Amino acid sequence: MLALLKRDLTLATRAGGGFGLAVAFFLILCALVPFGVGPDSEALRPIAPGILWVGALLSSLLSLDRIFALDHEDGSLDLLATAPIPLEGVVAVKALAHWITTGLPLVVAAPVFGLLLHLPGGAVSWLILSLLIGTPALSMLGAFGAGVTVGLRRGGLLLSLLVLPLYIPTLIFGTEVTRRGAEAGDPFTPMLFLGGITAGVLALVPFAAAAALRVNLR
Amino acid sequence: MSIWEYANPVKFMRVSGAVLPWLVATAAICTTGGVAWGFLTPEDYRQGSTVKIVFLHVPAAMMAINIWVMMLVASLIWLIRRHHVSALAAKAAAPVGAVMTLIALATGAIWGQPMWGTWWEWDPRLTSFLILLLFYIGYIALWSSIEDADSAADLTGVLCLVGSVFALLSRYAVMFWNQGLHQGASLSVAEGERMSAVYRYPLYLSMLGFLLLFLALVLIRTRTEIRRRRLAALQAREMRG
Repeated sequence: MLALLKRDLTLATRAGGGFGLAVAFFLILCALVPFGVGPDSEALRPIAPGILWVGALLSSLLSLDRIFALDHEDGSLDLLATAPIPLEGVVAVKALAHWITTGLPLVVAAPVFGLLLHLPGGAVSWLILSLLIGTPALSMLGAFGAGVTVGLRRGGLLLSLLVLPLYIPTLIFGTEVTRRGAEAGDPFTPMLFLGGITAGVLALVPFAAAAALRVNLR
Repeated sequence: MSIWEYANPVKFMRVSGAVLPWLVATAAICTTGGVAWGFLTPEDYRQGSTVKIVFLHVPAAMMAINIWVMMLVASLIWLIRRHHVSALAAKAAAPVGAVMTLIALATGAIWGQPMWGTWWEWDPRLTSFLILLLFYIGYIALWSSIEDADSAADLTGVLCLVGSVFALLSRYAVMFWNQGLHQGASLSVAEGERMSAVYRYPLYLSMLGFLLLFLALVLIRTRTEIRRRRLAALQAREMRG
């Protein structure tokens, strides 16, 4: 499993792997928003938590179809399915690799983007924490969507249609943590919900994703 | 004699063919009867004539949720016992459910404009119905984009299971996110909270009508799907033979 993780990370970081694309997309999104709503910091501050979380959602969506599609094309997914580790484990490792290449850079870069959108200083730590807790669930759900659509020719658009509704609870609680952090509310309650969703997703969704993959590899 | 016998397509076709005309007739009577009776009810002292939209709104909303539950049960039966009729019934129910959700949203908007002064409000109930509509659309899109029928049934079944969990989760998550404007349940057991009998009985009739209408539509659509399967099988045999 470690070897698989290492292989996926290497593939993602080498040329054409798409590493850093998510952060670049996030940067562009945060740069575009002030053009849309105006540079006024009073206007930007209240919407900053929402923009940052929607940005994180969309940038993690960008690279989802790569999770299984490339391996499906060159046949290595069939090899992985017959490997001695369970397919559920393969899914979990793939999702982890996706998170390390897209979710983790976002968590690290988030304070800078918060600055761009005039996020209050006190909320930055809550933003980082909520992204750290919430984005693994995004990658795992994305792996499920990718597993369902892996055999399809035009799976990309369908993938976003399937996955985005699944992202809603994470988005709600993640934004709520950051917003309450910004307005000196109580961010712990939504934080616990967010953690609960992520824990449940990480525990159960690998089985659904593996089931979908088995159907597609039949 | 168990219920599983009806999972045999031949038997299902025979029984559903016999039941269908009666079902369609009662569905038509109940639906038109319920809505027409509702139309003749007196005007509400606060809502005026707009109260009459409830006879479309509430049954459609009720069916929108129950159809998803029915799809969930049918998907489970397919995934566990592999009865093709069950998978086809789930496929047949999805567009009906999507239309019911749309009816609920549209009638709600038409009612909300004069009553709340807005077509749309990000209220928990409205939002969860919008999310439900998204799930229906995703489910239908997945069915139509996979060519192999059995894989499509499997994958949509898994999607339906995961989607059910998340639809429920979203339902409670949006409550956290915004306070409601929508009134509580229309049909409450507690006396005094519930609507007066003048409105209640036409509403019951209309709900029954919508339920029967859904059953009739699902039977018709499932029969079509079974015939389509048979046709495809015949064509495949012809190609080979």
